[in-house]
Amino acid sequence: MKHLYGWLLLMPAFTLLVMFTHYPAIATLLDSFYTNGTVIRPKLFVGFDNYSFMLDDEVFITTLKNTMYFALGTVPLAIILSLIMALFVNQKIRGKGIVRLAYFTPTILPMVAVANIWMFFYAPQIGLVNKVIEFLGFTSINWLGNSNTVLEALMVMTIWKEAGFFMIFYLAALQSLPKELYEAAKIEGASSWKCFWQITFPLVMPTTFFIMINAMLNAFKLVDHLFILTKGGPDNASNLLLYYIYETAFSFFDYAYAATLTVVLLLILILVSLLQFSVLEKRIHYK
Amino acid sequence: MVKKMKIAVLSCLVAGGILSSAVASQKTELTMYYPVAVGGPLTKIVDGLVADFEKVNPNIDVKAIYAGNYNDARIKSLAAIKAGESAQLAVMFSIDVYDLIEQDAIIPFSDIANTQEDKKWLNSFYPALMENGTTLGKIWGVPFQRSTIVMYYNKEMFKEAGLNPEQPPKNWDELVNMGKKLTKKGQWGTMIPSTGYPYWMFGALAKQNGATLMDSDGKKTFFDNKKVIEALEYWKDLSAKYHIMPEGTIEWGTLRKNFLEGKTAMMWHSTGNLTTVKKNAKFDFGVAMLPAKEMRGTPTGGGNFYIFKKTTEAERKASMKLIKFMTSPENSAKWSIGTGYIGVSEDAYKTQALQEYIKSFPEAQVAKDQLKFATAELSTYQTGRIRKLLDDAIQAALIGKKSPEAALRDAQEKAEKLLRAYQ
Repeated sequence: MKHLYGWLLLMPAFTLLVMFTHYPAIATLLDSFYTNGTVIRPKLFVGFDNYSFMLDDEVFITTLKNTMYFALGTVPLAIILSLIMALFVNQKIRGKGIVRLAYFTPTILPMVAVANIWMFFYAPQIGLVNKVIEFLGFTSINWLGNSNTVLEALMVMTIWKEAGFFMIFYLAALQSLPKELYEAAKIEGASSWKCFWQITFPLVMPTTFFIMINAMLNAFKLVDHLFILTKGGPDNASNLLLYYIYETAFSFFDYAYAATLTVVLLLILILVSLLQFSVLEKRIHYK
Repeated sequence: MVKKMKIAVLSCLVAGGILSSAVASQKTELTMYYPVAVGGPLTKIVDGLVADFEKVNPNIDVKAIYAGNYNDARIKSLAAIKAGESAQLAVMFSIDVYDLIEQDAIIPFSDIANTQEDKKWLNSFYPALMENGTTLGKIWGVPFQRSTIVMYYNKEMFKEAGLNPEQPPKNWDELVNMGKKLTKKGQWGTMIPSTGYPYWMFGALAKQNGATLMDSDGKKTFFDNKKVIEALEYWKDLSAKYHIMPEGTIEWGTLRKNFLEGKTAMMWHSTGNLTTVKKNAKFDFGVAMLPAKEMRGTPTGGGNFYIFKKTTEAERKASMKLIKFMTSPENSAKWSIGTGYIGVSEDAYKTQALQEYIKSFPEAQVAKDQLKFATAELSTYQTGRIRKLLDDAIQAALIGKKSPEAALRDAQEKAEKLLRAYQ
């Protein structure tokens, strides 16, 4: 009876989890082993054919490279920037509330609105960034239309948007640190630099870990800006894996191939999470 | 006990509500998705037209839903059908036709238009606008918001550069020469957008050089045709060799603003932007047909009306009524004046409203006059993938990553692989 009661309590959450997470994941895996079926030509089982097609697909390789580069670029910088911002607003400065609001505002804006605004920031002749550059005497740069600068430009925008959100977590963590540690350190004559590295940084490691996972997931999940800014161009220079999946499924109507790509994305995310949990968790001091 | 009573009462109310609404709706309900791909308050105009229709047809209820751009409209409509909550009709890209046929999503107008009157109506549209919607011997799409590319140019900049503002460039050489005179610090001679719909702009250049990009059955592409390669080389040379256009890709979404802020003397853009440009231009501007090489040329563009297959007889009749209303000469004239899109039939241009508008603003006639040089927009089976192959090739050439010839040969090879199954 006790067991039944327990299962009944679990049932709602369990049902939703299976319906929206496990079942779709397995269905996607199964879909990736068939060809794409249209009404005119029904689908056939082809085993790993879709996967070998994928390994030959230049666009897929490019999106994979871009996504990795994008993740490596945004995650460390977002962490560092949000920590610096949190340390700054944690001090007793005038207008603390306003500065915190200012840092947090980008997070409140929807990504599509942000992308539309930044499209005009980055626009070559009429954009804000280039007007500043020209004022300083340099020639304007086509940030989004040049394959050498497009990913970097997108990274800047993403970090700008994310850092405020992560700052909140760091702020909460910083405020929960016991003040006696700092007093003791001051008595011993430690510099603020030492204070930071020996006390603050290790103690906020749990938060750093949490933010690292979030930022990593965001790097894979956030592709809304691509719809507005570049559509993956020029020539796939800014194409990310999730955007390619969307295009394959909804512009090309190739659901089987999209399922294949999705399986790859899932595997990457699982691997990354496992890595983070096993390697890094050992180094974290929990209270 | 009380709880059981509450549940019983609630379910009775719900059942009663459903029954009464079922009895009340003798009306036919239509859901229509439509996209907007150009600037301006187009949703207001559509809502106005739909309201007028409902006034004249009190037993048809129309829900017109703005669905984003052409991609979004197609995705939303197909998703709705798969989910079982269909729309009955939609405005979608004129070139979606092969994908929609493959998904078995639409029915041809030729099958519904049975009366003499209906057949006459189908024949009343401009033939150039019917090309993309006709295949397998049937008509699948009826024109609504159709366009061609036109060249907007800043007459004041022409005067400043010592050029005649009433003589925009007529051919490729004049474009380059005038462009050179118009390019100076802070101002470019011309801009052709290469994001968003690069294959569309490229279709114009190819036609001007005497080539088309695909055959009319949607099964073959001609990307590596010598004249097509020359067209891409010319596009690239505008920035790389003649320096009248910025290097790298030029963004579709910000091009109009570039023109309005005087950063470029000429721009190639959809005629659907005409009314917005007119409202916002603080300078005297003109609109011209695109320059010729072997001939003038432009692809048609824009969206057609489609009727979905999963519809009842009554819904199809109602949809036909709505489509006939929206494309009637008077309403087509209203739409054209409000947006800049082309009036869809000869009769639209015979209405008093449009004739007066053209008298006061002759630029509004350019797109329609250009129809005689128009060619179908790039449309094939697997159109999404093929379009992306061409888009990527164009962008690769423009940013200097591949030579135009290499890029187009690569695209053609991949396209042939994709289309092999349809031969």
